Amino acid sequence: MSTTVISHDAAHHGSHEHHHETFLTKYIFSQDHKMIAKQFLITGIIMAVFAMILSILFRIQLAWPDAEFPILEVFLGKWAEGGRIRPDFFLALVTIHGTMMVFFVLTAGLSGTFSNLLIPYQLGARDMASPFMNMLSYWFFFVACVLMVASFFIETGPASSGWTIYPPLSAVPTAISGSGLGMTLWLISMFLFIISQVMGGVNYISTVLNLRTKGMGMWKMPLTVWSFFLTAMVGLLSFPVLVSAVVLLFFDRSVGTSFYLSDLVVQGTILPNEGGSPILFQHLFWFLGHPEVYIVVMPALGLTSEVISTNSRKPIFGYHAMVYSLVGISVLSFIVWGHHMFVTGMSPFLGGVFMITTLIIAVPSAVKAFNYIATLWRGNIRFTPAMMFAIGMVSFFVSGGLTGLYVGNAALDINLHDTYFVVAHFHLVMGSASIFGMLAGVYHWYPKMFGRMMDERLGYLHFWLTFLGAYLVFFPMHFMGIDGVPRRYYTFTEFPFMDKWISVNILVTWAAIIAGLAQVAFIWNFFASIWCGKRAPQNPWGSNTLEWTTPVEHIHGNWPGELPTVYRWPYDYSKPGHDADFILQTTPLSQTMSSNLLHDWEDNEEGVEAQKAYNKEHNRVEEA
Amino acid sequence: MDKQDYLSEELQQSRRAKKFNLWLGMIGMFMMFAALSSGFIVYTASGVDKGIKTILPYAFMASTGVIVLSSLTMQLAYRAAKSGSVNRQKVLLSITILLGVAFFFLQFHAWSVLVERGITFVNSNASQSFLYVFTGMHLAHIFAGVLVLGRCLFGVMRNIPHGNNIFRMELANIFWHFLDLLWIYIYVFLLLNQ
Repeated sequence: MSTTVISHDAAHHGSHEHHHETFLTKYIFSQDHKMIAKQFLITGIIMAVFAMILSILFRIQLAWPDAEFPILEVFLGKWAEGGRIRPDFFLALVTIHGTMMVFFVLTAGLSGTFSNLLIPYQLGARDMASPFMNMLSYWFFFVACVLMVASFFIETGPASSGWTIYPPLSAVPTAISGSGLGMTLWLISMFLFIISQVMGGVNYISTVLNLRTKGMGMWKMPLTVWSFFLTAMVGLLSFPVLVSAVVLLFFDRSVGTSFYLSDLVVQGTILPNEGGSPILFQHLFWFLGHPEVYIVVMPALGLTSEVISTNSRKPIFGYHAMVYSLVGISVLSFIVWGHHMFVTGMSPFLGGVFMITTLIIAVPSAVKAFNYIATLWRGNIRFTPAMMFAIGMVSFFVSGGLTGLYVGNAALDINLHDTYFVVAHFHLVMGSASIFGMLAGVYHWYPKMFGRMMDERLGYLHFWLTFLGAYLVFFPMHFMGIDGVPRRYYTFTEFPFMDKWISVNILVTWAAIIAGLAQVAFIWNFFASIWCGKRAPQNPWGSNTLEWTTPVEHIHGNWPGELPTVYRWPYDYSKPGHDADFILQTTPLSQTMSSNLLHDWEDNEEGVEAQKAYNKEHNRVEEA
Repeated sequence: MDKQDYLSEELQQSRRAKKFNLWLGMIGMFMMFAALSSGFIVYTASGVDKGIKTILPYAFMASTGVIVLSSLTMQLAYRAAKSGSVNRQKVLLSITILLGVAFFFLQFHAWSVLVERGITFVNSNASQSFLYVFTGMHLAHIFAGVLVLGRCLFGVMRNIPHGNNIFRMELANIFWHFLDLLWIYIYVFLLLNQ
């Protein structure tokens, strides 16, 4: 109901506020998509910093496995007795780093922020389909974050069985210290998180299908919205499967069933569980887990499309191909999960099938990579910080994607499985690429979110340090992986064949520390600019999309007066014959006779006739 | 466009969107049960000693009858709401809620029959544990469904505006039919595997 009242206000009385807003309803329990987007973003940034600190802690352990750092004991207490991180805490660090980055930062922080911000804005809607559900979505996410962080403050420590929580380690509470209460908290947190994502996703899909403004056909939507829409669909179909997996795991842990457990001896006692199959969990987990990596990367691809096109001052190359490749990736993402399980004793025939479906994903991915490059080709490129990050995203997507062809191949994966090669692969292709897509989005839409500009010089500093840092951290890991260095190992000095990698590990850790410090430039830039940044103009980047037609000052219902009408696709940049190098989606064709092509009129016979007459009069020849 | 039209058009649009949300939510719920089904199939295929290995209790047949009947009364209640016969709606809605509660007890009864046969939840043949997971997760949804129906009844008791009443009833109706179909799916799936 509230939306109706609000938009009615906006439509008839301009922007001044009618209903009384308290601090609580405006900043805390807000139902406004713009505020919820900011809540998701800031929570996501806090989680990212937290998860990054965890990674630096375990990198210190990996680089100097035998050294003591008394300062660690000051902060971590018993987890780093004598200044050395304990092995079980090391496992907790990698587990929670992965969980937070994949779910809280790159799923909620990325989709939550930009779907909320851009879907209503770019489609010309007053708000989401259900603003109340949208608010709940954020608060479930927030509680999930709090619970996950809280697990660091309990006696037995956080969950430690890896972000994939494979049983039996996750299913037997007595297995290691992290399998106890920490794992229970992990499961509750993830359950709340899934509810949050499903509620959010349902809203995104429904808004895209129902609340597009007049003239905004599906094929006039920006690629950002396409990517959020498909991401939400993938999430809706895959997250509930994780619920099932987690419910069964919960019963195994707490009730004593045997879905995943069989024939175990833990610390001298024989467990009563019999007949279960841990592989069953892996099937259920990866049925979510693989689509999840596309949930992580697709919004980044969408944001990158928009940023690259805008800043190249050129239409995106192959708009339809870009949409169909997203659709292709979405569909294929559901039939490739077995490639995570090549070494589980899977039948080689089945492995072959999963290998083929996996390698086919290279096709739509390559379409996207080439289309980005073709968009940049001979463009009038503006190297804004957002553009730098978008190009960086493409770079990581290509260099990380190429190694996908290696690990996706069953025969090669038997050697590469669970080595640093895999770590390198997914940190480049979904980790770094998605983070860069997200940062491109933050730099690009910051003026829309806060009405201020971010500092460019700090942006460039942030970009170069992070870009080089990320490559220095992850690229050497390929070589370690090919040499057989396994992931998640606590200390390298125990195995003589790994001794030669110590110097590389030190390089990687230093690169990680420097890249980590570079984030201070971003954090400072982000928070200081909220208050001290240069005031943003209405359309700072000369973009075509609808969000830049709204007033800089945020108002309920987004547009004062009626909702805008859309007349053209979002990528009319540098259209020959037009005086400016961009044409807003709200500009009618009748105002751009000098640049229209006949097919711009689609089925409008009258328009085509008028255009022909105009062309004749002005001696304008349309190229065939 | 005058004020009233504008308002009602946006209201219609927002209702359409909310109804759509429900459909999407049901897709999500269905996926959860689809995952359980495929988990069951994969698990049961893992050995000859796996499988349900019992005849499903008769109570499941009775609960199927009850829930189908409740779908019927719900549909009639919705029709009554649309035609504005408030009393009829109240009576039919109450019957639906009672049938929902009866379904609850029948499922509990079925579980007790299974336990008497020695088929417990904690079981080294997890195919039998799956029986409880399927029916239990469905029952959790029935619980939510009864709450939704209760909200409708509460609304009509308090005389909320006619339009809101119909809209609530429409959503509750769709959801309740979904739960009915979901149960039939589960029951047939388990029957085929018994």
